[in-house]
Parts: sequence; structure tokens; C-alpha cells
Amino acid sequence: MNRAIVRRITPNIRTWRSTLKTFCSDTSEKLHGSDGDKAVTDSTDNVPQYDVAIVGGGMVGMALACSLASMPLTKHLNVAIIDSNPALLARDNIKKEDAPDPRVSTVTPATISFFKGMGAWQYVQLHRHAFFDRMQVWDYTGLGYTRYSARDVDKAVLGCVVENKVLQRSLLSCMEDSDVKKKIYPSRLNSMTLHKSSLLSGTDSISSEPSGSLAKLNLSDGDCLYAKLVVGADGSKSHVRKLAGISTTGWKYPQNAIICTVEHTEDNRCAWQRFLRTGPIALLPMGDNYSNIVWTMGPQQAADRRSMNEADFLKAVNDALDDGHGPHPQSERIGDGGILAWLRSDETSSASEHFEVPPRITKLASDRMVFPLSLMHANNYVSKRVVLIGDAAHTVHPLAGQGVNLGFGDANSLSRVIAEGVAVGSDIGEMALLKRYESERKAANIAMMAILDGFQKAYSIDFGPLNVLRAAAFHGVNYISPLKKNIISYASGEQRLPLFT
Amino acid sequence: MASKLLLSQLRNITRPTHHRLINPNFIFPLKNQTLIHSRPYSDAPQPPPVGSKPPPTNADSAPTHKKISSSLNQAELAKFSAIAETWWDAEGPFKPLHVMNPTRLAFIRSTLCRHFGKDPYSAKPFEGLKFVDVGCGGGILSEPLARMGATVTGIDAVEKNINIAQLHADLDPGTSSIEYLCTTAEKLVEEQRKFDAVLALEVIEHVAEPAEFCKSLSALTVSGGANVISTINRSMRAYATAIVVAEYLLHWLPKGTHEWSSFLTPEELVLILQRASISVQEMAGFVYNPLTGKWSLSDDISVNFIAYGTKNTE
Repeated sequence: MNRAIVRRITPNIRTWRSTLKTFCSDTSEKLHGSDGDKAVTDSTDNVPQYDVAIVGGGMVGMALACSLASMPLTKHLNVAIIDSNPALLARDNIKKEDAPDPRVSTVTPATISFFKGMGAWQYVQLHRHAFFDRMQVWDYTGLGYTRYSARDVDKAVLGCVVENKVLQRSLLSCMEDSDVKKKIYPSRLNSMTLHKSSLLSGTDSISSEPSGSLAKLNLSDGDCLYAKLVVGADGSKSHVRKLAGISTTGWKYPQNAIICTVEHTEDNRCAWQRFLRTGPIALLPMGDNYSNIVWTMGPQQAADRRSMNEADFLKAVNDALDDGHGPHPQSERIGDGGILAWLRSDETSSASEHFEVPPRITKLASDRMVFPLSLMHANNYVSKRVVLIGDAAHTVHPLAGQGVNLGFGDANSLSRVIAEGVAVGSDIGEMALLKRYESERKAANIAMMAILDGFQKAYSIDFGPLNVLRAAAFHGVNYISPLKKNIISYASGEQRLPLFT
Repeated sequence: MASKLLLSQLRNITRPTHHRLINPNFIFPLKNQTLIHSRPYSDAPQPPPVGSKPPPTNADSAPTHKKISSSLNQAELAKFSAIAETWWDAEGPFKPLHVMNPTRLAFIRSTLCRHFGKDPYSAKPFEGLKFVDVGCGGGILSEPLARMGATVTGIDAVEKNINIAQLHADLDPGTSSIEYLCTTAEKLVEEQRKFDAVLALEVIEHVAEPAEFCKSLSALTVSGGANVISTINRSMRAYATAIVVAEYLLHWLPKGTHEWSSFLTPEELVLILQRASISVQEMAGFVYNPLTGKWSLSDDISVNFIAYGTKNTE
């Protein structure tokens, strides 16, 4: 008797599922005489069509959306942002009294001008942000140090440290203030298919890949949407990248990073980085006597440091920055005449600065978070109607604060390429256009990643002659002004490639 | 090398001519069997050339030769039909056209925006304007123009091309409004259709009588409208690059696609257009950078060039 009931129920379930499928199924009719790119919801079919679907509403995804919204050629594009983070839809503002979030990013001057171009920097300025114009880098051997200053390249700042949530919220506010057509879908992407929006029949079928098909995205809450271009901005574990079948190259670093916010007594306008045997520790100013610590070390040590009590942790931090692990580097005798004085004639001003001791940390102001570090690079940035930007395409070691800046560079480049495509009436999802973005960014990203990986490897070996070599490198960079200027302008994002631009 | 070719062609003229059996699989003729034929620049009717010509996409020889020239055109139309499916294959025989497309669209956008007084930063500057793409082929030019807001009519003499174009345009709602017709410019003139801009890119070198063709284009344009024509210059450099290199060395185009004697020099084009009451306002050339693989606009009109003209107001 029970078996008979079961048998009767299952056909019903099957028919119910098939009707569910037809709701979400292909729009086989072409939309006649439609005025192009509105989010058309046909009366017979409820699946909306978008021009660009950005999967991942983090900083880089939002930067792309904001950049498209700020250019006259792309303002009219329909953008859908797919991210299950509730903060995107929440309307509560970030208050000034909030404790500083440990998740921060250092934005380079190139990124600052990108933001200014979009009109989003004014929103960042409403919240906590800290410019810094000096940087000091040294290591535990105490054999050498380098000081950088924004005045070396005749600029006012070397960079700005901003909390990630502030960046994200500013981009969102900037977009909301413009009258661009966008919709935020608060769910995750389940699957994605390339779909022809009309049937090709008979012998006239186009043999090779037609560029006319749209991408169909199925979301976890049952929604579907079509898009001409799918942008994967969903981070290093990108689902879009997996669905598009793009393979990656890379390796895990045997290091994790602890990040936290600390407080100190004196004002700090300098970024400090000391390379220890296990990895670098960086102290980045956040304003109001707060600073952010990014400390890289082995996974076991990271777990220990995270669980130890506050007092011990602060002592470990002060040791790492100043007291322990090795001596202070000697400041060079300044104003020394002698044989090599002529070589120092056009020295940068920072070459004459003494070694300074970083500020003493007095209090822990946030939780400690631990993240694993790895190097990853997607072998292709584009695939049919899919493009990857930001961490979905590449991840790097945080030792130079470049990760998210590479992502912003991707967003800038992609939005410009889309604008050029719209200007000549191309289909924005076609491979020829997307390949242009890839060729622009791949070279720059790979160059940066190679350099950062080189640094990471060079500093992870404690070997006498190599230590001396590194010390020589510190001295060299400090005193050879063209090299120092080149490094500063490359790290500031003003130069795309390290040597030939 | 050119002189040897000339000699062999002169020899061919003196030999009794014969119609080649048209085999649809045998797409293009061998170079040394084609005859040199003079382009009729005067308006007097010329005897039709025997032997295969590169396929014209407009059958518009003078009415007295219709019977002979239509059978000739059928042969060439068949050749183009054979590769019609590959129009939208960006790596196929039409790859050079795909790669060059954004560059020529940039020229068209800049000149026509200025001509019609439209905002160059608008996403759809040609909204409300009627364009006709003569010799549209698979619609490579018509679709971007439609996406830029224009009401586009695409015409081509090869029916298969029109079918392919229609199918492809239906895939994108932004381009499904393009009107594709399998017809010729003359027939449109007979229907008394008028357009704000008439475009004929890479067509005039495949046409039997360019002077007549330009008169038809002019008749299709409203007074004060715009014309855009692009073709290849009849220069030695064009012979070396567009025919020898592109067809024989790099195999970008099937052999026999272009006939050097059918090319027009910019001066000739300007004269023909002037006789058809179109004054050429701007001309630009396309150059290919082999290192980057990109085309760009330049002042060098010695190989590919594009001309923008306006129809004189009556």
C-alpha cells in the first residue's frame, strides 16, 4: 500500500520539476525591435537580460561596476551584481567611532587617481583613511636598510591605507548616486551555460562558435538571468573560473599571515617593513594612532601567535619590529666627503635620512585573523563570454601591498576595453575584444608577480653570503637614485612594466 | 614578375577564349589563366570579359549585357556561396575583415557623428538615422552599425549571405531589427528608397562598372546625406601586399579574391563620385602592424583606403 502511494507521488514530483525547468528555460523568441540593451522582461518569459553580470561584489567587482557607471559610453549598460554578502544591500553607514577593521588595503597613487576619475574618492575621504609619505624597509641581520620618501619622485604621498569595507562602501555609494541601471542579486552563482537565444536550423547552421549566444546564469535562490558578458570577480577560489574551465598555475607559500590593528602612542605617517627569518612584518599607518600589522610566518607559529594572550602577543610584535631578532642597522655617515662624494651628487633626499625605530605598540585594537598565502595565476583571463579580474585571476604575497592594486588595474583596463567596444558597436562578449584586455593586463600582472615571488624567495633563506647580498641590495637601492625612483614609481602604479616604460 | 604576368595575359587575349566548366568545388581560377580586362571608366558599354572574375556582390552591368553577365555572375556568386558559412568564423577566410572591422568602424563613427552633428560620446549616436550597407555579406558591418542605434538595411546579391546574416543578427536582440534583402543597389533605386547614409565597404573592387555603381549609390542617398566607400588602391604596393602577400604568402584570403586591375586609385574614386554628385570630404588609409597584429587608421592611402563623401544638395 505504501509502495503504491510512493509510486503515485514520484510522477507528480517529476512533472513539478519539469515545469520548474520550463520557467527558467531558454527564451527562444527573439525580441523584436527592442531598443537594444534594456533589462527586458518579456511578458511570456521572466528571465531578465543584462549586458554585464559581475559575479562577486567585492572591491574589484564594485570598482568595475562603478567605472562602467562613470563613463558616458558605458553608462547605459545594464549591470547585475551577484554577491550573497548582506552588507551590499544594507543601508547602515560606517560610523567613525567603529574600531578600525583589521582588513585593510594599501592603495597606490595610480589606484587613487582611478578612484578620483570615477568620482568615488570623495566618499573614501568621508571615512577613516591614512596617507603615508615615507617607507622604511630593513631586515633582521641589521646589515642594511632603505628609506623611501614621496619627495624622491616629487609626489606628496606614497600611498593610502584604507579599510576594505570603506572602499567597498564608497564604490557602492558612488554607483548609487549615478543613475546607472544596476541590480544586486543577493545570492551565489550555481551554474552557468552558454546559450543561443534563437534556434539555428537546417544546413545554414554556423559551423564555428557563434558569437551570438548569451550566457545564462543560474543562482542559488532559483533566479536566472542572461548576460552578454560574465565577469568573474569572486576572489581566489573563483567559482566562475572553475565553471569556465580555466586552469591555474601557482603554489602555496609555506606561510600564513596574521593581521590585526594595534594602537601606539605617537603619530605614525610612515610604513615600516622588517624582514625576519620566518617572513616580513609590516606596520601600516591607519590614522588616529592606529596602525595595521601584517605579519607573515609559518602556519604553526601563526596559530600559536593567534591564540596567545594579548600581552604576550604585543611583546612578540615589539620584538619583531624592533627589539629582538637582530641588531639595528647602522645609519650611514652622512655628509661624508671623500672619493665617492661625486657619485652622491643627485641623491634622493631619503638617502640622507637616518635609520628610525618604529613606534612602540601599546595596545591591541582588534581580533587577530590568520590567512594562508599562495601565488596563483590563471592561465587565461578570458573564455567565451567570461572574463576574470582581481584575485580570481591572480593572487600574490602581501609583502608589497600590491594585490588589490593589480585588481583595480584590471578593472580599469577592462572598463576601458568595454567602452572601446561599445564605441565601435561590438558585441561586448566577443573574444577579440576580451583578448585585448588580456594582453594588456597579463604582461603587467606576470611581471609584478614574478618580482614579488622573487622577493619572497630571496628573503626566506638565511644563508651568510645571501644575507650580505641582500644588505648590498638595500644599500644599492638606498643610494642609487635612478633605481630608487624607478622602484617607487613602479610600486605606485605609475609604470606598467618594471623596466621598459 | 609583373611583366611575365602581363606577357602571359597578353598571350591569353590573342588565344581563342573558352568558357571554363564551372565546378562548384573548384573555387578560384589559376592566376595565369585570367585575362587582363580593362575597367570601363567611360560610360560607353564595353564587351564583357570572359573568364572568371572575383565575385561581385552587385550585379549591375549595363542592361544590354544582362544576359551574358548574369550567367557569369551566377558562377561567381556560387563561389562566394561555397564559403558563405564561414562569414562569422573569426579564424576563417574572412579573418582579415573581422580584424579590420573595429578600425573602419572608428573612421565611420567619427566622420558620420560629425556629419550628422551627433554627440561622439553617446553610446547610440546614430539613433533615428537610416543606413544601407551595400554588399553587406554576412553582416559584419551592419551589426555594429545597428548596435550604434542606426536603422540598418543590408543588401547583398548572394542569397546565402543574406540567410547567414539574418540568422546571426537574430542571436542578439540589439541587431535583430536589421532588414536584410537579397537585391542590388539598382533595384533599390527603382524602388525609390532613400537613406541618410550609404556605405559600400570593400565592394567597389568586385563590381563590373564602378561608375554606374556610384551613380546608384548616389541615387540611394538623400540630398545632404553621407557616403562611405572603402576599397584597395591600384598601386604597386597594394599588388605586393594585398595580393601577393595576403593571398599567396600568408593565405589570409583565398587566391583570386582580388583582381589588381579592378582596384581604383583614390583620384579615380573621387572623380567617379564627383560625377555622381558626391563630394569626397575625408579619406584615410588602413595600415597593418605585423608586430602587434593590429590595424590602425593613418594618412597612408597606398593600400587600403576609405573615403567619406557627402551628397551634394540639389
